[in-house]
Amino acid sequence: MVWFKKDLFTRREDKTIRVPHGLWVKCEHCNEIIYKKEVERNLDVCPKCDYHFRISARRRIDIVFDEGTFSEFDSRLESVDVLDFKDVKRYKDRLKAARSENVSSEAVITGQGMIAGQRAMAAVFEFSFMGGSMGSVVGEKITRLLEKGKKERCPVIVFTSSGGARMQEGIFSLLQMAKTSAAIALLKEESIPYITVLTDPTTGGVTASFAMLGDVIIAEPRALIGFAGPRVIQETIRQKLPEGFQRAEYLMEHGLIDMIVDRKMIKSTLSRLLTLLRQ
Amino acid sequence: MTFKHSRDFEKPIEDIERRIEELRHYSSTGSPVRREDIEKLERKAKKLISDIYSSLTPWQITLVARHPQRPYTLDYISHVFDDFIELHGDRVFRDDPAIVGGLAKLDGRPVVIIGQQKGRNTKERCLRNYGMPHPEGYRKALRLMELAGRFKRPLITLIDTPGAAPDIEAEERGQSEAIARNLLFMSQLKAPIVSAVIGEGGSGGALALGLGDRVMMFEYSTYSVISPEGCAAILWKDGTKADVAAKTLKMTAPDLLRLRVIDKIIKEPLGGAHRDPHAAARNLKAAINEALSEISDVPADMLVQARYSRYRKFGVFKEP
Repeated sequence: MVWFKKDLFTRREDKTIRVPHGLWVKCEHCNEIIYKKEVERNLDVCPKCDYHFRISARRRIDIVFDEGTFSEFDSRLESVDVLDFKDVKRYKDRLKAARSENVSSEAVITGQGMIAGQRAMAAVFEFSFMGGSMGSVVGEKITRLLEKGKKERCPVIVFTSSGGARMQEGIFSLLQMAKTSAAIALLKEESIPYITVLTDPTTGGVTASFAMLGDVIIAEPRALIGFAGPRVIQETIRQKLPEGFQRAEYLMEHGLIDMIVDRKMIKSTLSRLLTLLRQ
Repeated sequence: MTFKHSRDFEKPIEDIERRIEELRHYSSTGSPVRREDIEKLERKAKKLISDIYSSLTPWQITLVARHPQRPYTLDYISHVFDDFIELHGDRVFRDDPAIVGGLAKLDGRPVVIIGQQKGRNTKERCLRNYGMPHPEGYRKALRLMELAGRFKRPLITLIDTPGAAPDIEAEERGQSEAIARNLLFMSQLKAPIVSAVIGEGGSGGALALGLGDRVMMFEYSTYSVISPEGCAAILWKDGTKADVAAKTLKMTAPDLLRLRVIDKIIKEPLGGAHRDPHAAARNLKAAINEALSEISDVPADMLVQARYSRYRKFGVFKEP
């Protein structure tokens, strides 16, 4: 009796596939197992479904800026545990852990370089550093960048990826929203281009300040972008959220962003925008 | 768990107040009640209130800030200002009842007022969305700020919100953009701005009206990047740790004065603003007048510059 031995109806995706470490990666979107080198060659975008993987700040700088042209500003700024904040862990320890796990010393890298031969200043978020959260250092680095952009009449681009304000710095993290937004007004007054590129995920205080204030707002495909996080909304309204809610395409449809640009096209798009907006 | 959310620290006060009420009632019906007894109880109540309110924990202060009888924006508007004309709508989508605002006079001086508005009963609370504005509320506020700039009127903002509305409609109409735009606009507004937190100062939804040249808080109000419950749920993974989070976040008026984030604490009447809204309104009025007297003669450009410096310096970090 071998009738039940083979289950002909088992679907392929129901099987657990063991993914060996290092060589192969699994796409979070289409679940396809892909050769890692192939993904990397494709700028960390899934070659099967175009899913944009989250990438480090350094990687993004390499993708956007001409080779060897990027120089960093204010890399020595360090966060301080101003409130002596302790939840299940001390903020000091969380900072230490984040610093040892990351190449970046904070949740944002700022600096300047060339994009296809044009000078631009940029802030690039490091999501793996405490969820890209904005505390005093992030706010200060961005504000200094914007002030420098004004002084040197240089366009500023911000690549966001952040869970929002850094709670461990309490009111000071909230006030970074005010500080950065006020600095953006300086660029607007002087007609210096300010462009934002929203990448997965961009939520909370970062979205509700400099992210949504770009002269041009670009998003990466499928990036989660919102004010409140989807879980908070779900808990508040106790309803299922619509398909694609808070994704870049949803924001595009609702008129909240200018365009969705594939990672492969981001450098050329920024370069074209800089040319078109140049004074 | 429920005990933490109730204001049971107020219970002994309420008990005495009820007894005083009863005795007064008896005496008014002609029953033999000795005046001294009532007076004695009143003294006792006063002592009790003063004892309890002088040692409230940050979490208890949060509960007072959310007290259902606490005066709201419209209460203060009617007690502090004259000749109020409410203006409505964002001219794009709808009128958001969670933010109210308009033109009024403060001791004869024309001003623009904006504030979040909570509801007093269930029906009103729904209408006002618990004081949680939608983007159209912030856009109405923006319109009124523009008005203040154009007509050179001081802008008074009263802050009282758990936060900006976290729902589908708010997201699809651009909550983030609405808040961000207000921050940008307020930083440039060519008119003096006085902001007062009268109850809850909840996160970006509060800050969107809060970029004042002078920022004040009522004695038992709070101002924070996140609600203590939200913070506890995320960092402690346990919403019941809200009382610990409230303490850790440093969100009370004395904390924020110490951190030099606010300029002044507005005294509340004994036992909180809800015990004597008129007295609270008098204190608010005096505080607004005092703040305005410091800034209303400053030329607009200097005001904007000073405002930039004020917000520019917020933040603590090391630079080795």
